Amino acid sequence: MLEIKNLHARIAEEETEILRGVNLTVNAGEVHAIMGPNGSGKSTLSYILAGKDDYEVTEGEVLFNGENMLDMDPDERAAAGMFLAFQYPIEIPGVATMEFLKTAMNAQRKARGEDVLSIPDFMKRVKAAASHLNVSMDMLKRPLNVGFSGGEKKRAEILQMSLLEPKLCVLDETDSGLDIDALRIVSEGVNKLRGPERAMVVITHYQRLLDHIVPDVVHVLSKGRIVKSGDKDLALELEKNGYADYVDTAA
Amino acid sequence: MNASVPIKHTQAESDLFDRYETAKDNLPGSVTVNALREAAIAQIRDKGLPHRRVEEYKYSDLRAFLKSAGPLAGNVDAASARSVLAAADTFADLDRYRIVLSNGTYAAELSDTDALAKEGVTVTDLGDVLTAEDGARVLSYPKTGPTDGIVALNTAFVQGGMVLEVKDGAEVSKPVELVHVAEFAGAQVTRNRIVVGKGAKLRLLESFVGDTGEGEINAVFDYDVADNAVLAATRLIVGRTEAARLLTTTARLGAESELRTLGFIAGPRFTRNQQFVDFTGENSEAKVYGVTMAGGRDLADQTLIVDHAVPHCNSREFFKTVLDGEARGVYQGRINVAQHAQKTDGEMMTQALLLSEEAEMANKPELEIFADDVICAHGATSGQIDEDLLFYLRARGIPEDEAKTLLVLAFLSEAIEEYGEDDVTEGLEARVRDWLAGH
Ligand SMILES: Nc1ncnc2c1ncn2[C@@H]1O[C@H](COP(=O)(O)OP(=O)(O)O)[C@@H](O)[C@H]1O
Ligand SMILES: [Mg+2]
Repeated sequence: MLEIKNLHARIAEEETEILRGVNLTVNAGEVHAIMGPNGSGKSTLSYILAGKDDYEVTEGEVLFNGENMLDMDPDERAAAGMFLAFQYPIEIPGVATMEFLKTAMNAQRKARGEDVLSIPDFMKRVKAAASHLNVSMDMLKRPLNVGFSGGEKKRAEILQMSLLEPKLCVLDETDSGLDIDALRIVSEGVNKLRGPERAMVVITHYQRLLDHIVPDVVHVLSKGRIVKSGDKDLALELEKNGYADYVDTAA
Repeated sequence: MNASVPIKHTQAESDLFDRYETAKDNLPGSVTVNALREAAIAQIRDKGLPHRRVEEYKYSDLRAFLKSAGPLAGNVDAASARSVLAAADTFADLDRYRIVLSNGTYAAELSDTDALAKEGVTVTDLGDVLTAEDGARVLSYPKTGPTDGIVALNTAFVQGGMVLEVKDGAEVSKPVELVHVAEFAGAQVTRNRIVVGKGAKLRLLESFVGDTGEGEINAVFDYDVADNAVLAATRLIVGRTEAARLLTTTARLGAESELRTLGFIAGPRFTRNQQFVDFTGENSEAKVYGVTMAGGRDLADQTLIVDHAVPHCNSREFFKTVLDGEARGVYQGRINVAQHAQKTDGEMMTQALLLSEEAEMANKPELEIFADDVICAHGATSGQIDEDLLFYLRARGIPEDEAKTLLVLAFLSEAIEEYGEDDVTEGLEARVRDWLAGH
């Protein structure tokens, strides 16, 4: 589903490379975790996948179901099935959450040549997803993410993910800022979406999320490179020993 | 010694003098009204049209903009006015009363006068008022006086208009739309006086439909809001036109009264919407909103002076502007607080969103405070669409244009929603979408 080959990237108009040759293949049905110290380039990688143009790819390629993803606009990527749950979901004053959800769902459907949702159908889907994620109707009436607590913002991201039914889910530190209960709710929401047709990349700094969302493969990203890959036990090892070993090897 | 060297008139100014000579015998007016007209045209002759070296017109040089001036709109029969009205879409299917000014004059036969009479509202033809012996009283405005160039033009050429009076205590159940209908090219010059009696309530809608060709619309609205009265006035200045739209409001608020206005501009090549609000009684509130969209080489000017001459009054001024192309937006707002106007609460904010590199916003909020126990604040911002917001929306599959529309709408809706006339909100938001899609 996702093939990242020798990806080098820097911030547009700056010299220093942030990604320095990332290689990663994620197949449908798999869940990959990317762990790594702060500043190693995890969010950068996720933004490049989503199409943020602050970054410039200097080398390498990214294929999404065989297509060159780097040539696609962010909205085209989304319609093709890419979804990024942001590390810091942004507040959008004046845009009602419901209106936003409807616009996003229908825009993707239109781009794929599908019919737009009827209002009752849309409402039914939102209500079902919201109740699973403990998202209140009151939250949905507010402007998008405005005044949401950290945990509410993360739940709202997963709500969007459930409704948009992407093929590739990239979750950037979705666990940060969540208490135990919220972590469980969010993880259940994510696990519900696991399936043979869907791939996930779960970025996290801590192992505890991976107790809930058990990955097939764990990668360690350090200084813009994947320096080690392994099974879920690698996460446990990192939890015990910290990132010090990898920071050194990569240096 | 002759202090003033005669100015060299522009083509448009010469045209206006010709227009005056042609029209003056047919314009309504008593002897004193005609004298005021003469004085007004003399002022234009003396000073010229307002231009950029006049402080109030620094950013909106009407003299440079007007290349020529055609005749005033002539009379039009009710049938053609009806067909223009039928084709017009001002406030969609909002349930409302209508008062029609057709080519600058009051058209009783097209207006809902009977229904309004039952609600305690009387409408008088301004033409009749002007020809009465004391007609000059409707042309006297203590605030702008004859000094403002646009008001002077209005005084010289005013063709007609109406005086609407809501009797004390009457709460008019539906909004009243005052619609200016244009049929065949020609300038329209009107003056309207709206008197909201003690404790009365009125929701006014002001609109302009049809085509004036190259002719300007110059309309002055005078609001008299009596003690304990409430007036909300929505002014719709929309539709593509190359001609100037020159709108003036003068307002006086009695004690414990409330005035809310929204000036909505989208479309004309040159718009000046100027408002002069005076507090004359205590414990009153004025909320003045502006929503402006301009693209191409449009100029859209919202100018405002709020005078706190008495204590204990609140004013709120909130203006939003979206500019594209090489458009220029102007906001000039001043809150004056007199020395004894203690406990004044004034809050002025103007915000602009620039959709292009070439668009330009002139923001000039000012406070002039002579009292010491007041809360007054002002702010001005000007910026582009936030790329992070845009990216978030696009990352959810919303195409760029649609995402921009959402963000622009969110930006402008803040003012529309705070204005709070809920039954016009949806229609105005639809106009924002249309403007974005089509300008
Ligand atoms: N937009 C940006 N502007 C400046 N520096 C950035 C930007 N994005 C990332 N960086 C830098 O790139 C490096 C990687 O950042 P990031 O991808 O956020 O790391 P992580 O998510 O792994 O903590 C850091 O040194 C960070 O400061
Ligand atoms: Mg990060």
